[in-house]
Amino acid sequence: MSSKQKDSSFSENMIKYIYGIADNSLILGQRLGELTGHGPTLEVDIAMTNISLDLFGQVRSYFQYAAQISDKDVTEDDLAFLRTEREYLNVLLVEQPNKDFAYSIGRQFLFDHFHFILMTELQNSKDETLVAIAKKTIKEVSYHKRFSSDWVKRLGDGTEKSHQKMQTAIDDLWKYTDELFHTTEADEKMIEAGVGVDVKKLKEQYYKNVSEVLEEATLQVPDLKYFQKGGKNGIHSEHMGFILTEMQYMQRTFPGMKW
Amino acid sequence: MSEKEVKNMEAIFDQKIANDEKIEPKDWMPEKYRKTHIRQISQHAHSEIVGMLPEGNWITRAPSLRRKVALLAKVQDEAGHGLYLYSACETLGISREELYNQLHSGKAKYSSIFNYPTITWADIGAIGWLVDGAAIINQVPLCSTSFGPYARAMVRVCKEESFHQRQGYEIMLTLCNGTPEQKEMAQDALNRWWWPSLMMFGPTDDESTHTEQSMKWKLKRKTNDELRQQFIDQTVPQAEILGITIPDKDLKWNEERGHYDFGKIDWDEFWQVVKGHGPCNKDRLETRVNAWEEGEWVRDAAMVYAEKQADRKVRKVS
Repeated sequence: MSSKQKDSSFSENMIKYIYGIADNSLILGQRLGELTGHGPTLEVDIAMTNISLDLFGQVRSYFQYAAQISDKDVTEDDLAFLRTEREYLNVLLVEQPNKDFAYSIGRQFLFDHFHFILMTELQNSKDETLVAIAKKTIKEVSYHKRFSSDWVKRLGDGTEKSHQKMQTAIDDLWKYTDELFHTTEADEKMIEAGVGVDVKKLKEQYYKNVSEVLEEATLQVPDLKYFQKGGKNGIHSEHMGFILTEMQYMQRTFPGMKW
Repeated sequence: MSEKEVKNMEAIFDQKIANDEKIEPKDWMPEKYRKTHIRQISQHAHSEIVGMLPEGNWITRAPSLRRKVALLAKVQDEAGHGLYLYSACETLGISREELYNQLHSGKAKYSSIFNYPTITWADIGAIGWLVDGAAIINQVPLCSTSFGPYARAMVRVCKEESFHQRQGYEIMLTLCNGTPEQKEMAQDALNRWWWPSLMMFGPTDDESTHTEQSMKWKLKRKTNDELRQQFIDQTVPQAEILGITIPDKDLKWNEERGHYDFGKIDWDEFWQVVKGHGPCNKDRLETRVNAWEEGEWVRDAAMVYAEKQADRKVRKVS
């Protein structure tokens, strides 16, 4: 293999690795964006919009970097808006709909705890840009994690109704948590290169942290045998097509224009 | 309080206003002053949170990441404005819940402009440019209004609004420098938003009921017609830079007056929308009511949880 081929396969894997992280922020940010103006209180509305804003800020950093690495002439917006569904590599968890406030909080909570330990570890990457992004992101995510954990506690240990709703959301969303710790081929290559984080090793810590909060919230930690996966390989739930239809609407309707 | 004492308080109050001193929540104030301020500040707060809806409508469809981030931040700012305006209003002895009830029952009004639909991306530009532009003209004088909490809130609101206005104009500029399709989109948005923006200044002076008293309390410094003229004079050259046409065939510079003359405003449309029959009145209110009702169990849970936490703290201490 020539060194040029080697470089191009490295950058291809690197870009896929970046998608694997950035697409989570992109799709979760999009889901949160649906809620703006519809929150149960003004304060919650502001907080969740703010989380969405943080996530899109991260997306921009990742995609600007990926566009720079790519040997194609692409921009951050091409990467965000012009891929086909099978090319998005986010986990199934983040694309789950805002069924009610307990679902939105449950989804956020299960993701934030993962995001936090991922960003903690990513700061040890050999890639300086990813380290810089992780250092900025960890501050945001530690706030997200506190916000969603506090709400899990409030709803879990609130009224009977809220307890039941929160428990249902956690029970339903739990099946998507295992996928957070799967690795793709590209991930493995990046782990070997010392760039990527070996998420398999974070699993135990994650479930420990999440369970602690659930227990404090007087909620049951689900005991599941079967989990769902696919997003990391671009095989999404039926929700994804609709998310993209909305998100890509302008770019698809008016191709090649500047906004 | 005896009649004489009330008279005395009134004299102190009037003197303070005359001296440009601020009236603070704990100061004595005439009941009419309190009521008028609750009405105006809450109407303003409601406008902010209802105003989140037409723009929030485009968050999930914003055409680029940069625009999406800016729009999220803008709508979040509006929620923030709502928050501190409700807080300012609460200092006058009314709860946020009561204020919401007034909005939801239709008793309280909000700015009619938000009863128009945002149907293209250019509408987001036009709202920033025209609607926020008009809002600034209405609001800058309020930074020195007599009621302290309102005046202080307005200082911050105006700073952010002026940023939103530039952002909106920049969206329009990008469209106007883009493809013919984009420019057409910008022109179409101007056509639809121009007249409703002029209506934002309220009825003409001879029809306006609150002007005189509001002038005295510095809730108003200029009349509706003066503010409207100021907006038109300021906006026409901006449209010229964009290269799009204001949809008013009677619009022309009047050398003698030193202002633009403009065509007749359709006041029937204005009153139709004010009375609740605009294109989106029903949807906007329904959306707010739904958010409130669907959030009830969440707010209840938070209250119960807070009580439990407080109990635990007490038990721990004892």
